[in-house]
Amino acid sequence: MSSPFSINGGAAVAMVGKDCVAIACDLRLGLQALTVSNNFPKIFQYGDVFLGLTGLATDVSTVSDLFRYKVNMYRLREERDIAPRTFANLVSSSLYEKRFGPYFVSPVVAGLDPKTGVPFICGFDSIGCIDFAKDFIVSGTATEQLFGMCESLWEPDMSPDELFETISQSLLNAVDRDALSGWGAHVYIIEKDKVTKRLLKGRQD
Amino acid sequence: MYADHSFREILLGITGKDFTLMAASKAAMRGATILKASDDKTRQLNKHTLMLYSGEAGDTVQFAEYIQANAQLYSMRNDSDLSPSALAHFVRGELAISLRSRKPYNVNLLLGGVDPITHKPSLYWLDYLASLASLPYAAHGYAQYYCLSILDKHHHPDITLGQGIKLLTMCIDELKRRLPVDFKGMTVKAVTKDGIVDIEFDDDKVVKSA
Repeated sequence: MSSPFSINGGAAVAMVGKDCVAIACDLRLGLQALTVSNNFPKIFQYGDVFLGLTGLATDVSTVSDLFRYKVNMYRLREERDIAPRTFANLVSSSLYEKRFGPYFVSPVVAGLDPKTGVPFICGFDSIGCIDFAKDFIVSGTATEQLFGMCESLWEPDMSPDELFETISQSLLNAVDRDALSGWGAHVYIIEKDKVTKRLLKGRQD
Repeated sequence: MYADHSFREILLGITGKDFTLMAASKAAMRGATILKASDDKTRQLNKHTLMLYSGEAGDTVQFAEYIQANAQLYSMRNDSDLSPSALAHFVRGELAISLRSRKPYNVNLLLGGVDPITHKPSLYWLDYLASLASLPYAAHGYAQYYCLSILDKHHHPDITLGQGIKLLTMCIDELKRRLPVDFKGMTVKAVTKDGIVDIEFDDDKVVKSA
């Protein structure tokens, strides 16, 4: 019950659609059963790449700050934005660097390939093993619920609007069955040259 | 152990329209004993930022004064103060580094301030794991379980200082009513755009339990 992964609670999910991807997270920050904040976003934008981080809140902040630094350094050196696949490998190697004292986070990456526009999503364990997927990736204390929701709602080649509805319903209904997640959500829909961020209210109990 | 006394220490913070109210209990505890009834769990970081701390005996003051010294050094070098947000993130960074060291600091913090330029009040909640949250009102330890529900019901972002003190009194009355030990009253301070002011607070008020 006091695993570092489930002290603070939280959930994140990424999904693939037709020429678009979506990534979403809840907003809760808690200490065991006590909710401390209902405005703690877990999705971070680095250029055109999106990173979702669930797990220990301190490491969510540390790791998101670390990648902001690394991506900024990459942009200065290469004079271009980082690609999702490159970023995924950066996440993987950065996490494995801490193999014997890991960050207690379960990252999710989403984005479109800058050249081909092909959707890309992947997830990681806390030591950087990449899980590539062509449908969806889930993470956080509501993973079991998210797997159930995504497995039943997701279908191939959804339009951006359909994808928004699917990912939102999947997350909202998953976190309602998890005591450690919820209290509203952020949903990002990523298209070729448009990103839409929506704030969902969700159940406040 | 750590959890014993640090959870009985009370830190409270409430933001309002143009202020951040901060309050900390006066009792210094060691096991079952109260060593002091006028302990100051408060450090001023610069003109408009105040930090409250609780936690393991030696760590608290050591860490708080390290942060205070660095904040003051910045102000002297740059002829300008760090904003409450910048300070909160600096403190978080230092605590996060400490967390993965051989002997981490066991310190919980509340950081209250008013932005020197925008005059917007802010309050940052920071625990010993270096989890950082910006909140309209916050508490640490057992006080969380009693006060957050009261504040959920009665707090509004645009309250005046008078209303803030009333809210704080409601919270402290509840703590006096429900906590099994005497925490020896509270030091209360308000951060405003003109700096930090001490608030007179009646510690001798008796609250009868149900």
